[in-house]
Amino acid sequence: MIGILDLQGGVLEHLDHLQRLGIPARRVKVATELKGLKGLILPGGESTCLRRLLAMEKMDDAIRAAAKRGLKLWGTCAGAILLADEIVGETGILKLMEITVERNAYGSQLDSFNCLVSIAELAPEPLPLVFIRAPVIVRTGKSVRTLLEVKGKIAAAESDAALVTTFHPELSPTLAFHAYFAHKCGVRPTTKTMALAPDWSMTSWTRLAKV
Amino acid sequence: MTDKKTDRFTLNVQLAQMLKGGVIMDVTDVAQARIAEDAGAVAVMALERVPSDIRKQGGVARMSDPDMIEKIKAAVSIPVMAKARIGHMVEAQILEALKIDYIDESEVLTPADEECHIDKMQFSIPFVCGARNLGEALRRIAEGAAMIRTKGEAGTGNVVEAVRHTRTMNREIRQLQNMPMEEVVPFCKNNGLPYELALKVRELGRLPVVNFAAGGLATPADAALLMQLGCDGVFVGSGIFKSDNPAKRAKAIVQATTYFNDPKKLLKFSKGLGEAMPGIEISTIPENERLANRGW
Repeated sequence: MIGILDLQGGVLEHLDHLQRLGIPARRVKVATELKGLKGLILPGGESTCLRRLLAMEKMDDAIRAAAKRGLKLWGTCAGAILLADEIVGETGILKLMEITVERNAYGSQLDSFNCLVSIAELAPEPLPLVFIRAPVIVRTGKSVRTLLEVKGKIAAAESDAALVTTFHPELSPTLAFHAYFAHKCGVRPTTKTMALAPDWSMTSWTRLAKV
Repeated sequence: MTDKKTDRFTLNVQLAQMLKGGVIMDVTDVAQARIAEDAGAVAVMALERVPSDIRKQGGVARMSDPDMIEKIKAAVSIPVMAKARIGHMVEAQILEALKIDYIDESEVLTPADEECHIDKMQFSIPFVCGARNLGEALRRIAEGAAMIRTKGEAGTGNVVEAVRHTRTMNREIRQLQNMPMEEVVPFCKNNGLPYELALKVRELGRLPVVNFAAGGLATPADAALLMQLGCDGVFVGSGIFKSDNPAKRAKAIVQATTYFNDPKKLLKFSKGLGEAMPGIEISTIPENERLANRGW
């Protein structure tokens, strides 16, 4: 089972992707819901807001304790900021990965962009990636290796315990990163693993939020 | 629509998706913006007067002084929104030049055009617009809004209109889903729905973009109520900084929006907040002074 931290942000988009791969998944709002998880996704959202919500109900301590017990973590965009040891200009939040991140490092929303990248390790075909007011990783420590650079900046990195991507695979048909993270957690997708979801659309998440 | 414009619109819709489960707060100066950020707001709406003061003072309400918006922008790291008058494309151009994060084409300001809203597809930055029903929401999306909010009745501290607008939209979505195909065209005609978007809503069972509650929310329980009714997040305007203890109330509303389905936690968040803003009974507001009636 993989959890998605459900305090604020792009939770349903990740849930949609995990379900497409047949990976058991649940939303995590309180510490008791971390029990039995192999991995936890920290989604995109507003990192300042997430920082406050993590502290208010002591979810930060609970996640740190679970990480010590072997829970694997994946932060996308704001989630990467939550995991970083250091944030340029402010103190770190969960400090569970040896990286320094800089917020909004590509610029404002007008500088948000899509691109296609090839990552041989993940998939034979090029993968569409979405960068929205994205941070960049400006330093990696000894325990961290770089997975991907985009526009000369580190956009994905990994340690034994955690994965960070400054972009949003959950906002594109790209399933490869979710499959990769599941593998890292020792969870096997039950459906045939595809790098791209053929029938994904930008409104796919809405099936999980009907009125 | 060119491909570049489609891409930009998609990125703006997706940016708004990242606000889900969050609270957007009205602020009128740097000190308030810092309190909002510190309480865990996902964004702030920078404006000169909160709706309850606009309502009291009357007169024409316009876009805020860009200087004031800029100061707020410099003081916080969270996104900053600002309001343009309905149909006032030049106010919107100025706000875009200022590089704020979102424009709210808002009925809280005095409308500049009594027929047309802004052609939002001409802009690169995202717009949020108010709606009372499905027709209004889809017309705004057709014009290029990347995000919808209910109108509610701003500045009243009375949640009843936001509830009415949410229930109306939800009811119309369910009707659209359950009717036979031959009834869709007359339904669109009678309710002012753009046809293609109506088909999309029929397929999805909700709006294709994020929909927040706004207008009259004043307590943690109000925020949780609108979340339980299916909204994706909430705006709180006068409700925070017109109350006794803004910092505490702001934080409680943020928590209530996240844990909207947990009555025990809601009980905890609701305690000891001091007086909420004084409310106004909607029936005491003359029809021509109701802000929700602005917009077409």
